[in-house]
Amino acid sequence: GSITTANGSALVKLGNTTVICGVKAELAAPTVDSANKGYIVPNVELPSLCSTRFRSGPPGEEAQAASQFIADVIENSQIIEKEDLCIANGKLAWVLYCDIICLDYDGNILDASAFALLAALKNVQLPSVTINEETGLSEVNLKQKNPLVIRKHPVATSFAIFDDTLLIVDPTAEEEDLATGTVTVVTDEEGRLCSVHKPGGSPLTGAKLQDCITRAITRHKEVKKLIDKVIKSIKPN
Amino acid sequence: SVPSPGDTSVLAGLYGPVEVKGSKESPDRATLEVLLRPKVGLPGVSERSREQLLRRTCEAVVLGALHPRTAITLVLQVLSDAGSLLSCCLNAACMGLLDAGLPLSALFCGVTCALDAQGTIILDPTARQEQEARAILTFAIDSTERKVLMSTTKGSCSVEEMQQCLAAAQRAADTIFQFYRDSVRRKYSKS
Repeated sequence: GSITTANGSALVKLGNTTVICGVKAELAAPTVDSANKGYIVPNVELPSLCSTRFRSGPPGEEAQAASQFIADVIENSQIIEKEDLCIANGKLAWVLYCDIICLDYDGNILDASAFALLAALKNVQLPSVTINEETGLSEVNLKQKNPLVIRKHPVATSFAIFDDTLLIVDPTAEEEDLATGTVTVVTDEEGRLCSVHKPGGSPLTGAKLQDCITRAITRHKEVKKLIDKVIKSIKPN
Repeated sequence: SVPSPGDTSVLAGLYGPVEVKGSKESPDRATLEVLLRPKVGLPGVSERSREQLLRRTCEAVVLGALHPRTAITLVLQVLSDAGSLLSCCLNAACMGLLDAGLPLSALFCGVTCALDAQGTIILDPTARQEQEARAILTFAIDSTERKVLMSTTKGSCSVEEMQQCLAAAQRAADTIFQFYRDSVRRKYSKS
């Protein structure tokens, strides 16, 4: 990926919106009630360098809402089985810290973050870890790396709503500011809905919502083809 | 106002339209702020995300253009959580707006649908039913044409299931709007 120090990374550009995602894997002890599960910790940052609307300091409401959205997408779509991240039941598991940072904000941050996350997770190479029976310590073998098992491929499609009638796909920042509402639909490859995220805004009829979902399913196929093409073209190092 | 489906209860307090501090001032409309306080602990990222959902839903119905350069603050305190918390917050918010007498273009109500393993739709699930469900969908339905104001989902479902849940939520909305009418009628018939 683009970041050599990370276990996996991806840079996504949707028009002018540029988002980079870096995945770092660390080892930790799993919690007592889910002893066979690892963790995935997403964090979306909208730093002041990406747009004048964000000030430096603690994360604003939009960044926190985006982080929650990405966490929900991971949870709802079961993109990775948390059991796959477990190395030794109750003792050792992987924690994947997914840092999604926006470099250039021109609207549609949710779609871009979701793509960046999916591409970065497909790019992740985890070193193999074994637990030494005698000492009880973990031994990390950096020479032998395995990719993550990605079970589902969720793709987000956002629409900007104007006065109940007009819908625009993949809005720019200017279109978002003028819009009276937004809808984000996350679908996976089987045509199942992982999320219909409509945070307020002007009301939509069930039929219009269905229209959005149908378009989202079509778009999913195109995006998946693109991601597969790019992943194949990366030479393994 | 304290609406409670089952044992979930949320207290809503509405303040406004009042004067707004400098940077948040909007010259053409009222600035709406929502604060959601969980029962235990400090508000975290999930509260922020819910606040954003509630704020944008309220902004869609409140006629903010009638009160420019003012602030309307909605504070929601979770008193107890036994499932369907977000829809309870939505109902509390709407009743708070009604109680405060703010100008609204429509009323809205919150309905939660849970889909269990067999695909049966359960409306306003308890915490136990929510945990066992494979998908939970929360909708805010408006009163004029039963359109969808807000939608949020947890877990995955098929498109048909979502449409069925939406239809069920739209039907359930009628009961909730009737409840609003009855409460307001009761309040004003006493005085």
